Amino acid sequence: MIKNKSSESKTLQGSIAIAETICSLEPGVIGAYPITPQTHIVEHLAKLTEEGLLKGKYIIADSEFSAASILFGAAAAGVRSYSASSSQGLLLMTEVIFNMAGTRLPGVFSAVNRSLSPPINIQVDHQDSMTLRDSGVIQLYVENIQEAVDTHIQIYKVAEDPEVLLPAMVCMDGWIISHAYEPVTLWQKELVQDFVGTFDPPYKVDPLKPLTYGALADDDKITEFKCMTDQALRKSADKITETAEQFRDLFGNYYGGLVEKYKTEDAEIVFVAMGSIVATLKVAIDMLRKKGRKVGLLKIRSFRPFPVNAIKEVLRETNLAIVIDRSFSNSAGGILGTEIKASLYGSNKPFVINYIAGIGGREIYPQTAFDMLKEADEMLEKGKIPSEAIFYNLNMQMMGG
Amino acid sequence: MKEEPRDNYLASGHNACPGCGVSIAVRLILRASGNNVVVVSPTGCLETFTSPYGMSAWEVPWVHSLFENAPAVASGIRAALDYQGNKDTQVMVIGGDGATYDIGLGSLSGMLERNQNILYICYDNEAYMNTGIQRSSATPLGASTTTTPATASSYGEKLQKKDMIGIANSHNIEYVATATIAYPQDLMRKIKTGLSVNGAAYLHMLTPCPLGWGFESDETIAMSRLSVQTGFFPLVEYENGELIRVKKIIDLKPVNNYLRAQRRFKHLTTDENQDIKDKVCQVVRRNIKKYGLQENSNNDY
Amino acid sequence: MKLNIGGITEAGLSKNNLTGSWRYHFPTINPELCNTCGLCELFCPDSCVHETKNTITVKEEYCKGCGICAKECHRNAITMIPEGEKQND
Repeated sequence: MIKNKSSESKTLQGSIAIAETICSLEPGVIGAYPITPQTHIVEHLAKLTEEGLLKGKYIIADSEFSAASILFGAAAAGVRSYSASSSQGLLLMTEVIFNMAGTRLPGVFSAVNRSLSPPINIQVDHQDSMTLRDSGVIQLYVENIQEAVDTHIQIYKVAEDPEVLLPAMVCMDGWIISHAYEPVTLWQKELVQDFVGTFDPPYKVDPLKPLTYGALADDDKITEFKCMTDQALRKSADKITETAEQFRDLFGNYYGGLVEKYKTEDAEIVFVAMGSIVATLKVAIDMLRKKGRKVGLLKIRSFRPFPVNAIKEVLRETNLAIVIDRSFSNSAGGILGTEIKASLYGSNKPFVINYIAGIGGREIYPQTAFDMLKEADEMLEKGKIPSEAIFYNLNMQMMGG
Repeated sequence: MKEEPRDNYLASGHNACPGCGVSIAVRLILRASGNNVVVVSPTGCLETFTSPYGMSAWEVPWVHSLFENAPAVASGIRAALDYQGNKDTQVMVIGGDGATYDIGLGSLSGMLERNQNILYICYDNEAYMNTGIQRSSATPLGASTTTTPATASSYGEKLQKKDMIGIANSHNIEYVATATIAYPQDLMRKIKTGLSVNGAAYLHMLTPCPLGWGFESDETIAMSRLSVQTGFFPLVEYENGELIRVKKIIDLKPVNNYLRAQRRFKHLTTDENQDIKDKVCQVVRRNIKKYGLQENSNNDY
Repeated sequence: MKLNIGGITEAGLSKNNLTGSWRYHFPTINPELCNTCGLCELFCPDSCVHETKNTITVKEEYCKGCGICAKECHRNAITMIPEGEKQND
C-alpha cells in the first residue's frame, strides 16, 4: 500500500495512513500495546511486520509502561523507535516519558487523544496528552489526517536533532483523525528518509565504549540538569519552525510551524484552539467573515514548547481572544486558556474568554463558534468578561442546580 | 592465584556498605559474563551505590531504568541490538527483590513471556534495603523489618516469601536457577549457563545484607553459606521447567543457628515465639523435601 | 564543570571516590601462611585485593575494613587490626 509516487493520493483511514508513514520511517523498535482508539495503528503495524514490509522489531508489550520503557531502551541503544497510546495508557507512560526527556532519549509517540477516566469514555478530548505537559516531551497537535502524516515525519527530524534529543508526541484527535477516512498522500520512502536523516545520537550503549546512563545528583547540580532539559525543549521551537518550512519546500504541504494564523491580520476577535476543531473553526470563521465579522483563528500547533512569542505577536493585536480548551486543570481553568493568559501577562489587551468545551467527545460545530461569539458580544457590551474559565453549555440540571 | 589480573568490571570506590553481599554478587556476575554486555538495573541498592553522578562504578555499559520497568527497558535494548545485527552483546538485568517480586513483577512477567535473549538476575536481600529495611514480598516469615517490626505484640513478617522460582518457571523459559555468593564457582557457572540460553533465563541470588539482617560486616559469606546449609535457600537448577540439579546438604545445620545469628530473626528464638519458629522450620522442611536436598540420588554436585 | 546531557557519564569514575576513609580496621596478611589461593580476592566486595609478586596486597585507598577476607581465609593468614595500629610496609 505504500505509495511510490509522491503525489498520488488515496482515501485511507487515519490510523492506516499513520502506520504506513511510520513504516516508511523504518523505526528499529516498536513498542505496541492496544488501547482504543489507537488500536488500528498498532494492528496495521503488526500486519506490515508479518508481511515483511516493516523490518524493525515489533514488540507487543505487557503494558503501556513497558511499551514506553521499550522505547527508552531502544533509544539508549541508538535506534529509532515508535509507540502509540491514548488516555489511561498515556498516563501510564508518564514516568517513562519524564525519564526519556531528562535522559535525552528521543522516541516518537502517536498520542491519539481520548478522554480520561472516570467515567470511562473512549471519545476525544485533550486531557490525556495535556497531563504530560511538564515532562519535557514535545507536543504537536494536528488538525487532519494529512497533517498527522506529515507531522510524524517532521517530528522525527526534530526529536532526533542532536541539539534536541527529546521524546515527542503527535497529538491527534481520537476517532476524528484515527478512524475517519480522508484522501491522503503518502510519501515515497526514500524521500521521507532522506528528509529525516538517520538517527545518530552522541551517546549509545556500546561495550566498546561503556557509559553509565542514570545518575544520582544532589541539590548542588540537579537544578542545572533540569534546566538543560528545559533549554532543549525551548531549542526545539526553532527546529519545529524550520522543519515545517523545509517540509513545505520539499513536499508542498504546510500547516504552520508553532502556530498557524488564519485570518488574524485585522481580526477584532480571535478564536484559539488545538486539534481537529481547528478545521471546524476555519469553516465557521469563513462563514462569519462572509457576514462581515472581523474574526480570525490562531491555531496552536506546538503546545510544547509553548509558543509564547507567537501568541503575544498575534493576540496583542486583537481585542478579544476566545480560547477553546478540550482539557482543564481542576479548579484552575482550561489548560490552554491559562497558559495563554500567562503569556499575555503585562499587556492590557486582549480580553480572554476561556471556554472548556468538547470534553469527552462533546461535539463542537460551526454553530458552537457562532453561539460563543454571540455570548462574547454580550459580555463585551456589558463590560463583563469573566476571568475564570467557563464550562461551555454546562447542563445545570445534571449538576443539581 | 593467577598472575595476570582477573577481570573486574565493578570498580572500587562504590558506596556499598562494608561487607555488602550485592557488591560481591555483581563482581562475580560480571567476571563470569565478561564485558560484552549491557546491564540494566532498576532502582535499589545496586543502582544507588554504583551511580552517583560522575562516580559510576560500572565498567560495562549500564542503564538505570526506573523502579518497575527494568525488564522492559532490557527488552528495548535487546530488540535494538538485534535490529543492529549484534547477537553477541548480552543483555542482563540485575535487580533487587523489591523490583523483582513487587513493583516490577508485571514487567518481568512480560519479558520472560516474550522469551527475548535476556538474563534476569534478582539479587535478593529480602527487603527494600536501600530505603531503610522495609519488607518486600521476598521477606521471609518472621523477619523483623521496619514495616513488619517485631514488637511485644507482633513477631515480624506475617506472610510467606513468594515463590519466584515457581513464577519464573511458569513462563516456559529454558533456564531457572538459584545461586548465592558463598558458592562463587557455582554462581559463575550458572551465569554462564544463563547467558548461553538463546532466550530468557532467570537467576535468583541470595545476597545477605549485614545492615538489614543484623550481623557483622565480615559474616556476609558465612551467612550465605548458612542459608544453604540450613535449607533456607536451596541451590537448584531447572531446565524447561524440570528440576535437573540441586545442591545436596551434606551436613544439615539447625534452623536455630540461622535465626540466632541475625538481628532480624533473633526474637524468634525466645519461648514466646516458639510457634512462629515452628512455622519457619516447616518452611525449611518443605524446601528440603520439595527439592530432595537430603535424599540420596544421582543428581548431585 | 559542565554537566553531561542526560546525566550520562563515563564508566568507572568511582575510582575517584576513596572509600578507604570509611574503615576502622585494616587486613594484614601473613605471607608465611598465605598460599595465594585467591579466595580473598574473589570475595572482596570492593575489589581491593591484588596479587603482586606472589603476595597479596590490599588497596588502602578503597578498603572499607569489612573483614570478609580475614573471616573467609582458609589458612587464617589475614588479621584485621585497628586502623591506628596498622604498620606500613
